[in-house]
Amino acid sequence: MVVPSLKLQDLIEEIRGAKTQAQEREVIQKECAHIRASFRDGDPLHRHRQLAKLLYVHMLGYPAHFGQMECLKLITSPRFTDKRVGYLGAMLLLDERQDAHLLITNSIKNDLSQGIQAVQGLALCTLSTVGSAEMCRDLATEVEKLLLQPGPYVRKKAVLTAVHIIRKVPELSNIFLPPCAQLLHERHHGVLLGTITLITELCERSPAALKHFRKVVPQLVQILWTLVTTGYSTEHSISGVSDPFLQVQILRLLRILGRNHEESSETMNDLLAQVATNTDTSRNAGNAVLFETVLTIMDIRSVAGLRVLAVNILGRFLLNSDKNIRYVALTSLLRVVQSDHSAVQRHRPTVVECLREPDASLSRRALELSLALVNSSNVRAMTQELQSFLESCPPDLRADCASGILLAAERFAPTKRWHIDTILRVLTMAGTHVRDDAVANLTQLIGGAQELHAYSVRRLYSALAEDISQQPLVQVAAWCIGEYGDLLLEGSCEETEPLQVEEEEVLALLEKVLQSHMSLPATRGYALTALMKLSTRLRGDNNRIRQVVSVYGSCLDVELQQRAVEYNALFQKYDHMRAAILEKMPLVERGGTQDEEAKESKEAQHSEAALVPTEPQASKLLDLLDLLDGTSGAAQPPPPLEPSSEGTSVHLLDLPCVSSAPASIPNLKVFEREGLQLNLSFVRPPGTPALLLIMVTAINTSEADVTHFVCQAAVPKSFQLQLQAPSGDTVPAQGGLPVTQLLRILNPKKAPLRLKLRLTYNHFGQSVQEIFEVNNLPVETWQ
Amino acid sequence: LREQELPRSRGTGAAGVRTGVAMIRFILIQNRAGKTRLAKWYMQFDDDEKQKLIEEVHAVVTVRDAKHTNFVEFRNFKIIYRRYAGLYFCICVDVNDNNLAYLEAIHNFVEVLNEYFHNVCELDLVFNFYKVYTVVDEMFLAGEIRETSQTKVLKQLLMLQSL
Repeated sequence: MVVPSLKLQDLIEEIRGAKTQAQEREVIQKECAHIRASFRDGDPLHRHRQLAKLLYVHMLGYPAHFGQMECLKLITSPRFTDKRVGYLGAMLLLDERQDAHLLITNSIKNDLSQGIQAVQGLALCTLSTVGSAEMCRDLATEVEKLLLQPGPYVRKKAVLTAVHIIRKVPELSNIFLPPCAQLLHERHHGVLLGTITLITELCERSPAALKHFRKVVPQLVQILWTLVTTGYSTEHSISGVSDPFLQVQILRLLRILGRNHEESSETMNDLLAQVATNTDTSRNAGNAVLFETVLTIMDIRSVAGLRVLAVNILGRFLLNSDKNIRYVALTSLLRVVQSDHSAVQRHRPTVVECLREPDASLSRRALELSLALVNSSNVRAMTQELQSFLESCPPDLRADCASGILLAAERFAPTKRWHIDTILRVLTMAGTHVRDDAVANLTQLIGGAQELHAYSVRRLYSALAEDISQQPLVQVAAWCIGEYGDLLLEGSCEETEPLQVEEEEVLALLEKVLQSHMSLPATRGYALTALMKLSTRLRGDNNRIRQVVSVYGSCLDVELQQRAVEYNALFQKYDHMRAAILEKMPLVERGGTQDEEAKESKEAQHSEAALVPTEPQASKLLDLLDLLDGTSGAAQPPPPLEPSSEGTSVHLLDLPCVSSAPASIPNLKVFEREGLQLNLSFVRPPGTPALLLIMVTAINTSEADVTHFVCQAAVPKSFQLQLQAPSGDTVPAQGGLPVTQLLRILNPKKAPLRLKLRLTYNHFGQSVQEIFEVNNLPVETWQ
Repeated sequence: LREQELPRSRGTGAAGVRTGVAMIRFILIQNRAGKTRLAKWYMQFDDDEKQKLIEEVHAVVTVRDAKHTNFVEFRNFKIIYRRYAGLYFCICVDVNDNNLAYLEAIHNFVEVLNEYFHNVCELDLVFNFYKVYTVVDEMFLAGEIRETSQTKVLKQLLMLQSL
């Protein structure tokens, strides 16, 4: 007895009726067995129903590959219902990696050439979804024939199928190029939309097509103009905007055509201004169009006024109540902040408001943008805002915020005291999230600000007394107290309230740090050394210190133990040297990766070290730091170091990451005009063979300053170029401090290096622009 | 100074389709429990890759509520989604695509479904899943938006239905 097969609806109901996963699986397995049997028997009437059921089961996640051959049989059947299910099955079950799909090529070909639109539509649809490269090659000509058929239904499917074909087999693009011109005259929106997409795809693939289609820019402008002003058809309007999808596509194509091309950009200017000002922004559809317009304006060579308009639109978006729109505005502003800095500055207050967004992705972007907007005039206000944000921000943004504030402070600090204050506040609030070199930076900063020693040590002492858990803060505080302990005890300092501190209190605090389980080993090291230094700074006797030091002589931590033992030795055998050794440290040169830690340990360990001959090291040091050309004048001579520390700090500076022995490539003078010279010096770090560092130095020996100096570089496509920020944009006259800029070039293919430079600057009251290629590049730069 | 603009690198991503191409990668309709009501793929994936993607999308989208935006970064793509009652409509596009436009596309699509099924609900999509595929194919093709006029799409669907 043949069991009548279930109808699709019944099967679905049965599956949904299953209460547990196991029950569902049972039902499905039973049904699959039926389906398999029915396929074997080859029942043509109900085949489509069986396949439909199988597809449903497949959607739920169960294996269904035994249905693939059935799809083929259904596709070849003349009935439309069969074909429909068959093609659907093909799209769902077949994919490129199986061979079965090649078998449907023939059926698709037949279906494409017979005249029934619906069938052609199905075939095109399947081709565009699962068509592999071979299939596309076979069927490309068929598709092309359909492009110019009268019925729009088939045509729009054919156009998009052409897009898919081009994506799979780019070489076929020249088949589809000629019909495009005619298709552009379409009035049917669907076909027009497809055509624009096709043209976009062609242009992105080949520069020749790009040039060809530049000719249609006026036509596109006309289409968009008509759309915007009169509206093609009401049935395409969405919330009052006539066919926003078509508008967006056209704008995108215009963007590609206008990029880097003055002429086309000019044709588009008026249109873009019109669209930007006239689009209704009350609904999302209008905003979508506006957003695309802004992106286009930013990408092509538009006039400055238009760019400002675009930035203002983005600023208006920021005030919108819909957070989606704020999101896209923030993302786009980030992209243009470098190039249109002043325009974006105007919207700074709004950006700062966005910091308070509950959605993390919005506040992150607002943070990045705020950091990019900090400059010397608004740095105080901005850091204020950013610090209040730091207090309340979610933990994953803390690190970025803290390092951002520190970086901004470094670049734009108005006074040293403010700088120290800011770093202090950041360390107190988010100490654990800052980068490792923050400690080193702060100590160096404090060390350099002689007048602020007393102030800093007091602030740090009070901060430390309150809380010893934030490790970077503790480290800096310990170092400071060690160095400037005498200033701390003096009692008077006009910049903070008078703080009466007893010696015993100071020692007690340091001991607390030493013993606390919250302190990292590194912190303990700092504290121990600080204690040691205090032995020379404080007036009392050193019994307490001696005690602590001898106790730690048997500490389990090897580093601490070593220090303690050596300090002990200092107290006993080498007491006469103690004062000299523990004197105040001189200002350290900033170069390479200075580690406070390492320096201190070296300083402690040196007691037996022979005095190294400093001269050769010092000159080697000069060579390392002397990336400037010889004409730039002397690099800063190493500061007058006391004999012992000098030896160690030079050792230390031998460690920098960049190179220990730069491959010496001769410097190159590339440009001279009216006293302004440009020199290049090259470094190939031995560790990274593909990397080349070029230091561009601009020197001005004339009588007048060179201002607004901007240097840009370009390299061939296979290279990667990164320009770092220049040291300034004014080259002072009469051989004053030169402007330097570092270029990093990655050359993985070891191709011959070609470099083109573009300089713009003002000199003698005239603005100068020079573009030239650097010849005579030494071979060692790229081999 | 800003860095020099390099021409965009034209690498080939998975399955021979250029990365960075602005197209739809896939369209998903899922309910809150994670059951897929529709999955339309415009890029080649293995079956287990597809399953993994479905699970990942579900995980990412269901944790978001009203105070989040409708855009999520996902691997090296972007997902634009909208929740209608118990269903999440997700479109996965390239990072350079226009978010707002695709949001409109989703809404357009849902409105067509609504018209076609006369006040659509999730069960309609379940029982008539093959019809939903037809609607998708009328409005999107080869990873691009195909027809945007609701009236036209409905007319075509009715015509197909009568065959």
